[in-house]
Amino acid sequence: MTNLDIRALITTQLGRIAPDIPIESIDPKADLRDEFDIDSMDFLTLITALGKELSLPMPEADYDQMRSFDDLLTYLQTNTN
Amino acid sequence: MTDAIISKRSRTQLAANMPDYAATYGSFSWNTAHAMLDGMPDGHLNIAHEAIERHVADGHGAQIAMRWIAKSGARTDYTYAELSRLTNQFANVLRARQFKKGDKVYALLGRVPELYIAALGTLKAGCVFCPLFSAFGPEPIQARMEIGGANALLTSTRLYERKVAGIRASLPELNEVFTVDGATRGTTDLKPLLETASDQFETVQTSPEDTALLHFTSGTTGKPKGVVHVHQAVVAHDATGRLALDMRPGDVYWCTADPGWVTGTSYGIIAPLTNRTTMIVDEAEFDINRWYDILSTEAVNVWYTAPTAIRMLMKAGAEAIGARSFPNLRFMASVGEPLNPEAVVWGNDTFGQPFHDNWWQTETGGIMIANYAAMDVKPGSMGKPLPGIAAGIVEVIGDTVTELTAPMAMGELALRPGWPSMMRGYLNEQARYDKCFKGGWYLSGDLAMRDADGYFWFVGRADDLIKSAGHLIGPFEVESALMEHKAVAEVAVIGLPDETAGQIVKAYVALKPGHVPSDDLRLDLLGHARKRLGPAVAPKDIAFRQNLPKTRSGKIMRRLLKAREMGLPEGDISTLESDES
Repeated sequence: MTNLDIRALITTQLGRIAPDIPIESIDPKADLRDEFDIDSMDFLTLITALGKELSLPMPEADYDQMRSFDDLLTYLQTNTN
Repeated sequence: MTDAIISKRSRTQLAANMPDYAATYGSFSWNTAHAMLDGMPDGHLNIAHEAIERHVADGHGAQIAMRWIAKSGARTDYTYAELSRLTNQFANVLRARQFKKGDKVYALLGRVPELYIAALGTLKAGCVFCPLFSAFGPEPIQARMEIGGANALLTSTRLYERKVAGIRASLPELNEVFTVDGATRGTTDLKPLLETASDQFETVQTSPEDTALLHFTSGTTGKPKGVVHVHQAVVAHDATGRLALDMRPGDVYWCTADPGWVTGTSYGIIAPLTNRTTMIVDEAEFDINRWYDILSTEAVNVWYTAPTAIRMLMKAGAEAIGARSFPNLRFMASVGEPLNPEAVVWGNDTFGQPFHDNWWQTETGGIMIANYAAMDVKPGSMGKPLPGIAAGIVEVIGDTVTELTAPMAMGELALRPGWPSMMRGYLNEQARYDKCFKGGWYLSGDLAMRDADGYFWFVGRADDLIKSAGHLIGPFEVESALMEHKAVAEVAVIGLPDETAGQIVKAYVALKPGHVPSDDLRLDLLGHARKRLGPAVAPKDIAFRQNLPKTRSGKIMRRLLKAREMGLPEGDISTLESDES
């Protein structure tokens, strides 16, 4: 998967959980949960969906590497390549 | 209920604040508990005085009262003396801006130091503090501010712009909005006001029955209820912190709850300070590595958390702990919804002690039934009533309330009224308040059982309220928001079992003619609900139905939707008039 594909996938999955937040309006370096107004449960749903789409185990212990949109993107890029 | 009892070692029992539950239960009096506080002249009582001033007067001003951990991980310590000065400054700001005794000061803020300073400063000034959860959307915020008649609001510029600016015009009593991070259009920058205010303030001598706190809770039908608590509640906060949570002066104590909910105020601000602990406040949301780091690095002694978080930790497994150890961790407790026995046992296997589940409600103001440090734990049970609390299982038929004394008889969990932190009313709703009391009991709305040993076991809610991630959600509030969408003809909202959150909110929607179910419409409805309600209240799932099951009088049968979704027997459907298809 290309980096562009991964970005699109995250955007799609976030759009399913927080459809009210336009992706252009967020700060990709800030706390993802604040930016998308999602709670811990939504975050879990997001990670589960991404893990399933990418067939990638995303252990709970790694969640602190996924705090912002950019962190999440980097994590997925690093671990899928 | 088949899990093995977790017995406590005699060393643990002897070291506990309450080594012998039965003896303490027998001899306890609320008057004695009251006498352990300082009080103010002529029988006056103020929560903030007991939380801060008396410790400073007793020479403990240099002890750290609050260690605040920012999202970045940076730590800031506030001693009792500093907290005294800062809360004095906040009280002086309120005075200077003409806020008077009894005025309602709301907070809509993440876990930042200003929230804690404002809570205690508000109480010092004799005003009423009302915390709102920052993950609420504009509609829950508006309803709660209207009902309570908010006079002042403390928030951030971001939360104000996102959630309050649009509803400000509908809040005529809201005189001032303070923002903690500069000012935006319509708000006052708090920082310069605080900095120039005097740090001397004479705490207002409140009567024990003066209103101190306003917490909101959801109702099955209609608007949320404003639960009124008075300064007298501090007697229960202090005693239950000591007896149910085993807090000791000098302890490092961490309550993970947000002050937007009652736990985060009673046990996230008041009880830890009256018991002179050092409380940890973490600005960030749940994160496994971060949490284990805090427990270990901060050498936490007493940890009060919630089932959803415990289940997430459990899912990650003990390996997530890595090389960390928790030699200082003495007591772990859980509240919010019943903690499943597996999680209690997992705590025991992983930390060498069980999570101690306890039970209480916004209305009770403090812990009512608990598992104690010195008492054996039956995994899955909420424990036994606090000293000073008489609890029973009752059957209510009409106006008659009968206590069921046979072991494991199922009925409504009820308490004998009169404990200090009992609610004094639902704001402006006397009839709803009166309905909670019958036959000399406070009726909790929870169904439970008591076993032959006196342990209580939670069964379920007696009504349609939903408990998701420890938060009580009223289906009516969610349904009302969805009904505002142009495509929606009718809607029913229920809670479905979820292994992590306990329950999740699911909405069933029937569309108006001319609208067709589609994934796009589903997302549009979800976004609509989130914008109005915020992530804490909005449904996590939405399903379309041709029609919803209703009674002859037109009442939607949520119970039937739930039974069908879960594959359970449909029960009595004699009142069913129109069905789903």
